[in-house]
Amino acid sequence: MSTATAEPMVRIRSVRKRFGPLEVLRGVSLDVPDSGVVCVIGPSGSGKSTLLRCVNRLETIDAGRIWVDGELIGYREVGGRLHALPPRELNRQRAKIGMVFQRFHLFPHRTAAENVAEGPVTVQGMGKRQARDLAAELLERVGLADRAHHYPAQLSGGQQQRVAIARSLAMRPKIMLFDEPTSALDPELVQEVLAVMRDLAEGGMTMIVVTHEMNFAREVGDHLVFMDDGAIVEQGVPREVLAEPRHERTRAFLGQVL
Amino acid sequence: MSTAGVLPAEDDAAELPVVPARTVRPGRWVAAAAATLFLAWLAYTIIVSPNLHWDVVVGNQFDHRILTGLWVTIALTVVSMTVGVLLGVLTAVMQLSGNVVLRGAASLYTWFFRGTPLLVQLIFWFNFALVFPQIGIGIPFGGPKLVEWQTNALITPFVAGLLGLTINEGAYMSEIVRAGINAVDPGQREAAEALGMSHAQVLRRVVLPQAMRVIIPPTGNQFISMLKTTSMVSVIAGADLLTVAQHIYLDNFEVIALLIVASVWYLLLTTIASVGQHFVEKRFNRGHGGLPRRIGRNLLPFTRRERLV
Repeated sequence: MSTATAEPMVRIRSVRKRFGPLEVLRGVSLDVPDSGVVCVIGPSGSGKSTLLRCVNRLETIDAGRIWVDGELIGYREVGGRLHALPPRELNRQRAKIGMVFQRFHLFPHRTAAENVAEGPVTVQGMGKRQARDLAAELLERVGLADRAHHYPAQLSGGQQQRVAIARSLAMRPKIMLFDEPTSALDPELVQEVLAVMRDLAEGGMTMIVVTHEMNFAREVGDHLVFMDDGAIVEQGVPREVLAEPRHERTRAFLGQVL
Repeated sequence: MSTAGVLPAEDDAAELPVVPARTVRPGRWVAAAAATLFLAWLAYTIIVSPNLHWDVVVGNQFDHRILTGLWVTIALTVVSMTVGVLLGVLTAVMQLSGNVVLRGAASLYTWFFRGTPLLVQLIFWFNFALVFPQIGIGIPFGGPKLVEWQTNALITPFVAGLLGLTINEGAYMSEIVRAGINAVDPGQREAAEALGMSHAQVLRRVVLPQAMRVIIPPTGNQFISMLKTTSMVSVIAGADLLTVAQHIYLDNFEVIALLIVASVWYLLLTTIASVGQHFVEKRFNRGHGGLPRRIGRNLLPFTRRERLV
């Protein structure tokens, strides 16, 4: 996947994470090149969502390191030691990493347009008028220009998720993380969200997508990762991994979901 | 009869008029008649009773002393509720903080002021000079003072009442605010953090506005309750509505008439506050649709028609 010359956009090295006695990540390493789309699949509890949440440090990690756009996430390396970053620095890093959640998590007390404008106004100090224009532009891009003044409760799940994508894009992120973005949707609403994501991928956005949508992984993903039990079991070109899985566990998983 | 799944079309499509069932409930009629009779008797008795002195009620309803007391009651309520809510938010945020000392201080505060009677607290603040004869600003633990006042000059009955009501209210509000903050979906905090918001921004922009939905209804009740609780400052001569009513009836012995005068004002204030509460709840219910429960139905005549979105 990654060429030897170019610096990867995301570099994950030997990441370990435990919740109490349970080790959910057992030394995961992964590179995502600039403009690359990596899809992560695996059974529930395999650690794929946790891995994603470690990239923007919604979860702290116990060992290993993660770089985004050449910047070490959550720490500063000084004299061979890792010093945890102060909150202000961490927030600056997070602002460059877009995140889309399974259950949308739109702000229910704000309209679609206000949701999209929230980040630029509050975090970047953008002017109200400029933010409103940006929100209008992004809602147009996800096909919801006519829903700008609706509250989340007045939108379908698919529309809410598209607003959530627009909200992340408003921060002009370097990469986008998708945590099972279509898993909470009714089947007929899945495609409209995938279409927006496909559009983003074609626009050159670097994306890590935790998903159960094998067709999306096959058609849009550049690279497919199968995780099980806190480790990457198999990875490669999506078409090949899906058609001829080499590993027994991958075969068993794909046999259940395909 | 016919094949399954195919029904004669005319049977299905015919729209038959619906006649509501007519039930006779004699018990209900009897009860209603009894209630009417009782209310009529009560009204009659109250109006014609020679002991109620309605002329005195009318004569004192707008007495300037009463009106002054009314303003004191309003001022005590508004100030103690406003500062009490701020104190409650501060205490709730402290209670949810990761710092043990902050959490402990907040718990101690709510424990103490919810655990002792308000009446005792009011009398305590009124007699604060017995504990600290002087109040000053300077270096603590016996250092020099920059400014110093006589406590008795500083803590008037009004100030003592304000202190007692505010600090007591803050303790109750902190529990209400804490429950509101805990009711917000943790995913909201994560979504805000993922955008790069600081802790303060997450709290101010995302968590507190949503907590408000849960906080507002009990706070409205606290406000309405506070309008009447202020009458407790009459024990320290707080110059509020009840205090002045008492002063007047100690002069003219029209106890009941002046209690009615005060009660009419209390009822008016609480009614206005209930209507206000409805509008505030509606404002903070944005994005959740629908009128807020029972109160919405009861106050429907006061509201404009819901705007269609």
